[in-house]
Order: sequence, then C-alpha cells, then structure tokens
Amino acid sequence: MSAEIPIARLSDIPPGEGRNFKVEGRCIAIFHTRSGQVFATQPDCPHKGGPLADGLTGGTTIVCPLHERSWDLATGRPVADSDRPLTIYPVRAAADGTLLVGLPAVTSTPA
Amino acid sequence: MAKQKLVVVGNGMAGARAVEEVLARGGADMFDIFMFGDEPYGNYNRILLSNVLSGAQDTEEIFLNPLSWYAENGITLHAGARVTDIDRYAKVVIADNGVREHYDRLLIATGSRAFMPPIKGLHGADGSLKPGVFGFRTIDDCNGMIAASAPGRKAVVIGGGLLGLEAARGLMNHGCEVHVVHLAGHLMEQQLDFTGGTILKSGMERMGIAVHLQKSTTEILGEGRVTGLAFKDGTTLDCDLLVVAAGIRPNAEIGHRAGLTVERAIVVDDHMRSVDDRTIYVVGECAQHRGRVYGLVAPLWDQAKVFADHLTGRNIDAAYHGSKLATKLKVMGVELASMGLTETQEERDELVQFVEPKRGIYKKLIVRDGRLVGGILMGDIGKAAYLMQAFDRDSPLPEERLSLLFDIGAPSQKVTIDEMPADAQVCNCNGVTKAAIGTCIAGGAKTTKAVMGATRAGMGCGSCKGLMNEVVAWFLGGAVEEDPSVHYYVPCIPLKKPELVAEVRARNLRSVSAVFRELAGGVEDAQSKPALASLLSVVWRGDYIPEADARFINERAHANIQKDGTFSVVPPMAGGATTPAELRRIAEVAEKYNVPMVKVTGGQRIDLLGVKKEDLPKVWADLGTHSGYAYGKTYRTCKSCVGTDFCRFGLGDSMKLAAQIEDRFKGIDSPHKMKLATTGCPRNCAEALIKDVGAVAIGDGKWEIYVGGAGGSHVRKGDLLCTVGSHEEVLLYAGRFMQLYREEAKYKERTYTWVERVGIERVRAIVMEDSEGIAARLDAAMQESVDAFIDPWKQIIEKGMDRADAAMTATVGSGA
Ligand SMILES: Cc1cc2nc3c(=O)[nH]c(=O)nc-3n(C[C@H](O)[C@H](O)[C@H](O)COP(=O)(O)OP(=O)(O)OC[C@H]3O[C@@H](n4cnc5c(N)ncnc54)[C@H](O)[C@@H]3O)c2cc1C
Ligand code: FES
Repeated sequence: MSAEIPIARLSDIPPGEGRNFKVEGRCIAIFHTRSGQVFATQPDCPHKGGPLADGLTGGTTIVCPLHERSWDLATGRPVADSDRPLTIYPVRAAADGTLLVGLPAVTSTPA
Repeated sequence: MAKQKLVVVGNGMAGARAVEEVLARGGADMFDIFMFGDEPYGNYNRILLSNVLSGAQDTEEIFLNPLSWYAENGITLHAGARVTDIDRYAKVVIADNGVREHYDRLLIATGSRAFMPPIKGLHGADGSLKPGVFGFRTIDDCNGMIAASAPGRKAVVIGGGLLGLEAARGLMNHGCEVHVVHLAGHLMEQQLDFTGGTILKSGMERMGIAVHLQKSTTEILGEGRVTGLAFKDGTTLDCDLLVVAAGIRPNAEIGHRAGLTVERAIVVDDHMRSVDDRTIYVVGECAQHRGRVYGLVAPLWDQAKVFADHLTGRNIDAAYHGSKLATKLKVMGVELASMGLTETQEERDELVQFVEPKRGIYKKLIVRDGRLVGGILMGDIGKAAYLMQAFDRDSPLPEERLSLLFDIGAPSQKVTIDEMPADAQVCNCNGVTKAAIGTCIAGGAKTTKAVMGATRAGMGCGSCKGLMNEVVAWFLGGAVEEDPSVHYYVPCIPLKKPELVAEVRARNLRSVSAVFRELAGGVEDAQSKPALASLLSVVWRGDYIPEADARFINERAHANIQKDGTFSVVPPMAGGATTPAELRRIAEVAEKYNVPMVKVTGGQRIDLLGVKKEDLPKVWADLGTHSGYAYGKTYRTCKSCVGTDFCRFGLGDSMKLAAQIEDRFKGIDSPHKMKLATTGCPRNCAEALIKDVGAVAIGDGKWEIYVGGAGGSHVRKGDLLCTVGSHEEVLLYAGRFMQLYREEAKYKERTYTWVERVGIERVRAIVMEDSEGIAARLDAAMQESVDAFIDPWKQIIEKGMDRADAAMTATVGSGA
C-alpha cells in the first residue's frame, strides 16, 4: 500500500457528515459516520457529478443530494445496479485523531 | 471431479434466466460460471422499460438480478464487456475490453437490437445514430429519450407495433406532441386484424396521438441533429426527437463469425444446441428453432429450462418443441390479448366475432375443428385466461360459442379460480403457475407483495396483477394482508405518524440519533433522517437537539443546492415589496460575489443563483437580511398584489396582510414547503387560489381563506376554508390550519394531497368548529413554534461557518 498522508483531524468533520479535502492535487470526500467510522471516496457523484459530501449518510450508506441515488461507503458499490461504483480510498483515524488517507485509488470491482 | 467452465455471452432476460435454471439444478457444483454483458448493469426486466419511459417506474425498480446476485452465486460477471469473437478451436471467447475466457460449454444469449431501416440521414457522419434519434431496447435508450423529451417538444415514432405504441405512450406522458408513423395499413398488424387496429387507432387519436398509416419514410432531415422526416408521398413532418421502433434484429453476427449456421438467427436443435457445435447452446431472441425466431419472453423461459436440463444432465432427453404465442398486453391503456392467427386461413375455419366500436370492445376467435387457433380480445379481456389456456393446450371448446366470448349467467370469478388447473399460468411474463403461488403461500407468504417478491409473478408487464391478487386471495381464503410499511411515517420504524409522535413524547426523544437508537434498533436510515428531523421540530418546537447531518443539504447550508453543487440565495421580500436601497444592496452583493445569474422568482423575490458554498455566510452578511427560507420544507413566502394602496380595484390591503403573514410564519418547519399568497380582490392577481394557503379580499374588510391549492406539477384550486372579517382572523385560522397540517401530514406530502386525503370537511370541522376540541392546543403549539424562530443566517454569521466547511478545499499534503 502507498504512503498515508495526514489530511485533517477527525473533529474537523461533524459526525454524520462529509467534507471535501484536497490531497496531492486531487479532491476527495471524507465521511465521518455517526458510529465513528471514516470513509474516503471520489467527491463527485457518478450519476451527474453531485457533491457527495453534501449528501445524507445512514450507517455506511451515502445518498447524493441531487437525485438521491445511493452507494455503500465501505465498498463503493451502488445500491442500484444501474449506477456506476464509487472510487474509494483507504482512510483511518490515528490514535491522536489525525485522519490518514492512502493514495492512489483502489477501485471497487463490480461483483 | 474438477468443475467445468460455463461461459454465457449476453446477460439479458434469457441468459440470466438460463443461469438461474442451471443453479436450480445444482449447477454450481458442476460449473464455474462466467457471464459477459454488453450493458454495464445486472439483468433487468426489459419489458418494464415501457414503464420506465412512461415514468411509472424507476430504473432501480426493474432489476431482476442485481450485481450482488452474481457475487452471491459465485458468478463472475464482466459487465460492460462486449464479446467480439468466439474461437471455437481454442474454446475461448474474446471481449472488446481484452478479457478472454476459456469455456467447456458456451451459451449464446445475445438477444436482439432495434432494427434501423436503411433510411437516408438516420446516421451521422461518424456512423452512430444522428443526435435526437433513438432505438427502444435498453435502459440507456430510455434515459436518452427521457432527457430529450419535454413538454411541447414534437416526437415522432416510426413503427406502429407494440414497441412503437409503448414509446408513443411514454413520450406523451412527458408532455411531447406525439406522431406515430406506420408503414402498414393498420396498427399492430402482428397481433391485430384490420378492425382491431382501427379501433386501437381511434382510441389513440382520442388520447391526442396523431397516427399516420401507410407512410414510408425516405429521409431523416437535419444537419447536426434530427429536425424532421421526409416521406415517399412528398410530405414532411417536423420533429425534435425520433424513435425508431421498426422491428428487431437478432444479434446473431457473433455466431456467423464463429462459423455457426445462421439464417434469421442462430440455428439450434431441440436441445437448444447449435446444429454445428455440441458445446455451444443458444437461447432467447438470437436463437432460431424449427424455423422460428421469437420476440416475446414466454418462449425463452421454456428454452432456458430445456437448456438447463440438458446441460446439467438432469434430463438429457429434454427437448423444446416450440411455443405457441399468446400475449396479454396493455397498449395505451387498452387491454389486449392476442393468440395465434389473426385471420382465418382455411375454408373450414370458423369465425366467432363481436364488435362494439363505441366502447372500444372487439372480440374475435378463429376455431378450427372445434379447437382455438387464433384470437383477439380488446377492451374486455375477462375471458383471456381461459381462452389462452385452451389455445395453448389445444383443448376442445364447448359447443356453445357465445360462452367463449362472454360469461353468460355469470359464473363468478371465484368459481373460475376454483376450476383453474394447478399448472395454469397466472403470470405469463415470468411463467408462474397457480401451483407455484400456492407453494409460496404455503411457505409463509401472506401478502401479494411477498408472493410477487418470491415468485416474480406480476412483475413482468403487470397485466396479470388483478388475477394475481385474486389467486393469492383465493389461496389465503380471503385473508390477504396489506403490506403495513406503506403506512409508516418512515420505513425503518413500524409506527404511523401519530403513534410515532406519541412514542417520541413518551420517551422524551429529542434528537434524530436518539430516535434511531430507541425505536429503530440503532440502525440509521439516511433517507429517514430529514423526515424525523422535521417531526422533532414540530413536536418539540425550539426545544430539541438539532443534528445537522439529519438535514438535507439545503437545510444544512440554508440555501438551495443547484445542479452544479453551487447554491442559490433568496433574500426575503414579503409580498414582493422592496425598496431602492434594498435593490441596490442586492445588486452590490451580486457584483461582489460574481453571481452568474440574478432572476426574479415565481414567489416575487430575487434569486441569486450560482453562489459558492464557501461564500454563503459572507453573502448573507452583506445582504443584511434574515433568511428568506427559499430552500426548506418550511413556510416559504407570501406573494401579493398591490392591494388597496395603488390598485383601483383593491378591496383589501393584501400587501400589509402578506407582510404580517411573513413576519409571523417565517421559517416554520413543515412536512413540505408551504407557499402562500394574498390578493386584494377576486381578480386573484397573486394566484391565491392555487396556494397552500391563500387569502382573497372580497370587500367590507372580509377575506376568504383557500387551502390546499396547487399550481406546480399538479394544479388544483384550493378549497374554501372560511370567510373571516380581519387580518388577525386570517392569521389565526391560517395558522391553525398549518399546525394541523404540520402534525398530521406525512413527510413530503403537500397540503393539496393531504387535504384531499383527509377531506376538506374534516379540516374545516377541526379548524373552524373545533370538532375535536384541539383548536386551543393547535394555536398554542403554533405560537410556540413562532416564538422559537431563530434566523439561521444570523446564527451562522455570528458563529462563523464551521472551519472545514469554509475551507472546503483545505489543501494538505505535498506536491499539490
Ligand atoms: C420496451 C420493450 C417492451 C417489451 N414488452 C414485452 C412484453 O410486454 N411481453 C413480452 O413477452 N416481451 C416484451 N418485450 C420483449 C422481451 O423484452 C424480449 O423478448 C426479451 O428481453 C428477450 O431476451 P433475450 O435474453 O433474448 O435478449 P435481451 O434481453 O435483449 O438480452 C440480451 C443481452 O445480451 C447483450 N449482448 C448482445 N450482444 C452481446 C455481446 N456480443 N457480448 C456481450 N453481451 C451482448 C445485450 O446487451 C443484452 O443485454 C419487450 C421488449 C422491449 C424492448
Ligand atoms: S448527481 Fe448524484 S444522484 Fe444524480
């Protein structure tokens, strides 16, 4: 796996929400779920480019704010087969609360 | 024994069904299964594309095998990969993305594609269809058509067969002006005779679709994009989009290139095996069996079973003997059943016929030697199940021919289901028999929905749903349960709204996460969050714990999200009244933040569109107003006319009333948005009759209050709630009405749906006559919500938008 890059602190993202960050020239969305997990994905919705960080989370599901399509944050899999999967990135919160993200992308493979 | 490799080319209705049949015979232990599909999805029900196009269903709803199904069954799916070649000597298939897969057994199920007749101008310079031209075969075709259609656009469909008419219906639903251009002398000549086609044509014309028969298209006009059609008779027809539904062509080229015998499609034997290669099977629309190629789903279910029996060795004598085609369809709302011949062919053929053109009813049967060889039923297909069965089984018909067409002396439906043999098919699309439904119910299913989910009955064209319901009810002895979740406030908590409110109060739940924890077993559901947040704010007024993540982005950012992720900002402007100073300030803000569009809204306000998220707090601060609430599920705005100040017809001070309404109700949360208006006379310039709440001055200081009006996607004149004598009374009764709506309506239910659901009489009784003794409580609750108003813009400006939000592109890391 590639080097982990510190990008922010867990407390920068309110629980249940997502925020966009720029890392090494690319933008990624980081989500902090209510249960305390963190996930990183591409920032724009595969459907029509909606800002996923502005979506609604529930469990590990993200719902895009523009047309309410949804994906699993952990795997990048779309809930409906007709959508394309999300690119996801490995991310974790270190003991001191620093968020570390791994690049480059791992793409979820459909089935 | 080592497993063999089964490779399937084509992941459509036949291919996926064939694999299901293999799995049902224990095939997973015998084969590693690999599938290739040209379309980048799992397998979906192609028949339902008609519903997707008409807007009745979402693409999400029509999937039969979602991607997870493949994973769960250990099948490797190459979705979005088109197989270009089969190397029969190396036993390898090669896909356009470079994937190669070895096979021991190969199944070709590539189906068909839309046939594009050789008409000049159909294709652009690059060989692809000219922009604006569509086939009707795939999800992508549907999405393309939907994107291209809009109210007032002119759409032409070439082809008056089943597909063409379905396309016409769908496009009409999108508001297009629709023309059907057909080469033959009557519509649906495959299934109907001249009389039937003519009745159908007048039905379509009544619905506003223009039908042009015996029209031969010679050229598609338009340079970059389609603009019209030219016909052989010299006439032309303009259009904005064109759907070509002129038939289908089997995707058989792949067999041809591999050296298999191909006539109209790939030729197979009775085991559904290519006549040239014992390791290659073919099913579906790309197969030709005994000279016939099928274009409906029923035959391919039988083919899939024969293939699976033979492949797995379950029955190596399994043989397909061809199918007799009988279909039940709903075309443009007309119910239709068609089987076998449409015209008599031999001297001895007997014709039994009934026509009632005025009601669109037509029944025609062709009887040969006492057996049914053809039939058409239109408008009334009550006898279809019986006739289709008689046709399929070649069973002798009763001497009394009249009883074939009508239920004389009406033996009830109950009797017919009693008499229906166990193996009679209820759902022809998915091949589900009466017995299969019985087994499913014996296994515990108690609702029609559960039976549909388990057997797929009724999930094809949907025309059997009525019969399905009756069969289910018959098995359950009438004890069908309705799926209860439709009445829940949110799907994840099994409570109706009043029960949920009571629970929330009893357990003192003051945040959305507390509700999930206590009432939903700790399982969060994203889509339920905003509904719960809205409910809490109504129950607890100001006194609950707001959780931003439970709110839709508009209510989190206090602005309206746009398609590009920017926001629109609408400062308040009660009744549309403003001042030069206010306008100047708005103009300055627009310039300072490079707002790309400034637009007057339908609610008489000014919309600043295209504001970046990180600029929002600064824009609000510079505007210096409270929030205009143009984004939430809340009270939105109150339009008004100039009323008495300047208008020579004005009877009441509508501007002042609008300002009072706005001042009182601004920001009030509700199940859906509430748009209000006041007008100073019954000329109704501010459209108060089509608002959620509207007040109309009628003179002598009197106001009429209308509620439940709508002037958007749905148009409805509001119901008169009452006539009152002062502004204060308008505020009182409008407020009481709104509070009742806030407490009772489902989330996202507009007042016009709610008023219709519960009835204006009941609303009037509660609000005006206090029939339930809750008026005082409603008024107090509304007052508390009014008192709890906090301006979200001001709050955020004071706090400073949270750090990460403002630094939406916080740059971290090296080498950026
Ligand atoms: C709008 C519409 C309405 C319909 N209504 C009805 C109805 O009411 N009743 C009825 O009985 N029938 C109806 N039909 C017909 C029915 O859908 C078809 O008979 C059925 O889908 C045929 O199944 P199939 O598997 O042979 O082909 P398909 O379902 O078309 O599947 C073939 C699949 O193979 C893929 N493919 C093709 N070539 C390759 C390749 N080289 N490599 C990889 N993949 C490939 C295709 O992309 C496709 O996904 C309707 C069809 C349409 C389009
Ligand atoms: S852009 Fe995300 S759902 Fe449409």
